[in-house]
Amino acid sequence: MQFFGGSEISPSPPVPTASGNNAHMMYVFNRNGVCLLYKEWNRPLHTLNPQQDHKLMFGLLFSLKSLTAKMDPVNADKGNLGVPQLPGQGCSFHSFRTNTYKLSFMETPSGIKIILVTHPKTGDLRESLKYIYGLYVEYVVKNPIYSPGSPIKSELFNTALDQYVRSIS
Amino acid sequence: MAPVGPRSGDAIFSSIDRVNAELFMLTYGAIVRQLLTDLEEVEEVNKQLDQMGYNIGIRLIDEFLAKSGVSRCVDFKETAEMIAKVGFKMFLGVTASVSSWEADGTCCSIILEDNPLVDFVELPDTCQGLYYCNVLSGVIRGALEMVSMKTEVTWTRDVLRGDDAYELQVKLLKQVAEEYPYKDDE
Repeated sequence: MQFFGGSEISPSPPVPTASGNNAHMMYVFNRNGVCLLYKEWNRPLHTLNPQQDHKLMFGLLFSLKSLTAKMDPVNADKGNLGVPQLPGQGCSFHSFRTNTYKLSFMETPSGIKIILVTHPKTGDLRESLKYIYGLYVEYVVKNPIYSPGSPIKSELFNTALDQYVRSIS
Repeated sequence: MAPVGPRSGDAIFSSIDRVNAELFMLTYGAIVRQLLTDLEEVEEVNKQLDQMGYNIGIRLIDEFLAKSGVSRCVDFKETAEMIAKVGFKMFLGVTASVSSWEADGTCCSIILEDNPLVDFVELPDTCQGLYYCNVLSGVIRGALEMVSMKTEVTWTRDVLRGDDAYELQVKLLKQVAEEYPYKDDE
């Protein structure tokens, strides 16, 4: 994929194996819980209004991170349960799967959380999430008009993201 | 697909688009000159440069994390090494070194032998209090704040003021842990 300036996005995107619309929805949060982006491709069921939905998602991940770090049988350095950890510290969980969907998660040390909800048979999306982070950096962070911490309105980002997510199997 | 490990500063620097060094230096020089004309006070200019650097730093950190693929550093020592070896190399094309660690590991110096911002620059007598590269201290401060570290970054040696190298002192004030941002039951 070529972007303006011809710079190579690293890592290069994983090769899509099947076409089609596999993704249900996507969230991007920053460290303060602001939902920077919510995108929906295929979501027949809405149970909550958008604000509650975002808060629930953020709260879920916040708690899951804390819980997974606490239950870690390998890592010696654990915070006390309830003590907030630094983003990226401790063990990091990256997905959970139910019978109807799979939720994939990535958090950067700068506190940007990317969540992608897909079909349950989807494989490991860690590389894809890293690529999406790369897209965020190119189209959003580097845009001087964008003020960090506010919801993303960039058309270019939305298009590139849409194109990429549709190509993930 | 095997996960890609963190890349070295050299590898990233050679893979991204670069701009003519003279253009970069002249652009920066024009910014400083304009600030001096607009603000007149050297202290004000220093503050503005720091603020500009801060605004750059809060965005630059995401670029750094995305391109280098590093995950969280274990401690401040590793952070300082990252900044000096990967960060400076990636963005300015120069390697810095870290030294003068305090006993508690919260304060160190980053030394730049080479600084592309200041080729051909000489400070006139009217601007003796100016920290010409103050944008760099702002960038480091801004970037580290986005990874939960509150720091204080100051210049201890500056070639434009007669020293032999550029030395930045980076002091970690505190680590700010992530707080749950919503109030309960809202």
